[in-house]
Amino acid sequence: MSAKRRFGTLTEPIIEGLIRFCGISAILFVLGIFFFVFREGADFLVTKLDVKQFLTSQEWYPDSPSNKRYGVLALLAGTASVTVLAMVIAVPFGLGAAIFISEFCSARLKEIFKIVIELLAAIPSVVWGFIGLTVMNPLIIEIFNAPIGLNVLNGGIILALMSVPIIVSIGEDALKAVPDTYREASLALGATKWQMVYRVLLPAAKNGLLAAALLGVGRGVGETIAVLMATGHAVQIPDSLLDPVRTLTATIAAELGEAPVGSDHYQVLFIIGILLFSITFVVNLVADLIVKGIKGK
Amino acid sequence: MFTETALVRKKQRTEIAAKAVFMAMTILMILPLVMILAYLFYKAIPILSFDFLFANPKNGMRGGGIWAPFLGTMYLVVISLLISAPIGVFAAVYLNEYARDNWFTRIINLAVVNLAGVPSIVHALFGLGAFVLFAGMGRSILAASLTLAIMTLPVIIASTKESLASVPRAFREACWNVGATRWQTIRHIVLPNSISGILTGVILQVSRTAGETAPVMFTGAVFFKKISEGDIFAYNLFDQCMALSMHLFTISTQVPDVPKALPYGTAVVLLGTVLLVNAVSITLRVYLRSRKKW
Repeated sequence: MSAKRRFGTLTEPIIEGLIRFCGISAILFVLGIFFFVFREGADFLVTKLDVKQFLTSQEWYPDSPSNKRYGVLALLAGTASVTVLAMVIAVPFGLGAAIFISEFCSARLKEIFKIVIELLAAIPSVVWGFIGLTVMNPLIIEIFNAPIGLNVLNGGIILALMSVPIIVSIGEDALKAVPDTYREASLALGATKWQMVYRVLLPAAKNGLLAAALLGVGRGVGETIAVLMATGHAVQIPDSLLDPVRTLTATIAAELGEAPVGSDHYQVLFIIGILLFSITFVVNLVADLIVKGIKGK
Repeated sequence: MFTETALVRKKQRTEIAAKAVFMAMTILMILPLVMILAYLFYKAIPILSFDFLFANPKNGMRGGGIWAPFLGTMYLVVISLLISAPIGVFAAVYLNEYARDNWFTRIINLAVVNLAGVPSIVHALFGLGAFVLFAGMGRSILAASLTLAIMTLPVIIASTKESLASVPRAFREACWNVGATRWQTIRHIVLPNSISGILTGVILQVSRTAGETAPVMFTGAVFFKKISEGDIFAYNLFDQCMALSMHLFTISTQVPDVPKALPYGTAVVLLGTVLLVNAVSITLRVYLRSRKKW
């Protein structure tokens, strides 16, 4: 046996072991995230937290000297309002664009659009926040005569622009997954492209399109810096689109720096982290199951 | 002769209307963005210069350039990718080449999908709890890079898996048939044939890492740190650093009376870096795809 060969038989099990270890690392990291986030908040969660108050009270006064109250209802409402508005804007536009790019435009134009969308998806969230602050803010004050332009509307629009590239690319994948024979069959029957899209492609791709929308929701709920900069800072349940709000993510980002390590406030912020982790976990799981459903067929 | 009936005319009208609506939606989505980006560049022009890039922030962030945050971002990007790229590529090799189709593999895939969906602020909490406090690294470049590495890992796994899967199975079978082992096949056939796809996937993560703010805010990036100008080895692994993304956040929200052009300049440098890296990655991909032999 040559030296090289012997070296090979020695290193190979090591490398394969390493590969296997890296393979299961994703599981370790997910468990690790849950464990460490939970660990920091566990003490307060088990001993002092009034779960009912936490989820149903809108009084968020972590700094009050006499009576600290930790109710996240208003923060949940902030996250929900901004995300819902973003999806109302982004889902129709994103799916419309996906349909246009996938079915109506020429192959060359399609390549260009796909590249542009990829570039748009790369814009950092802090730059989006900056756009909300410097471009959208004065525009909203001007157009709606609002006292302040940092509000649900601003955050929703910014979040919509951020989620559109994901929705377009996943939506386009879903349409691409519909076999060409479906298209050919409907066109051969004399259907126009629109009839084909409406009657054949949309029903066939509906699961994929739903998953695209859900992933947009996941992104919206989890987005931090952009909504922190664009939504204003009022902890309240919004009455109108022009009310400033504060989301779950923004609260952690804004207050974690000031909360002393180990204090009640600090631990509550980690509990909010667990809440966020759970929400996005469920949303992504559902989206994944829907996508798997398509592939399984 | 064939004449159009009312029904056909109606069909054609709807067809044109539908196409116009979808096109309008696509354009409405892209055009304002292009305009906004052009506006940012326009506002930043007065300040963009080499001095801006190579000078530290001065006067309590109200003057000077962006050297310290720019270099800090470079450190975070390079170190985090040095950590996540090998782990991610190996994990993808495992999933694509070794793993059998069973419940355990499904759990790994599920974990990858969910890791990709974890909000960035939760990554920040994890980084703070695990690296900064538990592992005792303190707020440092190392802790922030590890946090970013775990964040980019699932995306690198996904893109690598895709490029590995695009190598035809016949290549592997031919290699096994001449007596190569599994690892030899991977090392000499599968990886060389998919390296372009793997690389573009990793390069794409440069831009994502450079832009992230929340995960570094509590794990390593600081408000202000003075370093020697022009020295690319100014930071140490256990130092705290400034980061471009966080710098933009602080000068546009936390510091009063910042000269107008300063945040615009910072935003444009950040945006320019990110878009440049992406453009390189896309060009590379188009070029390599055109040279593909199968």
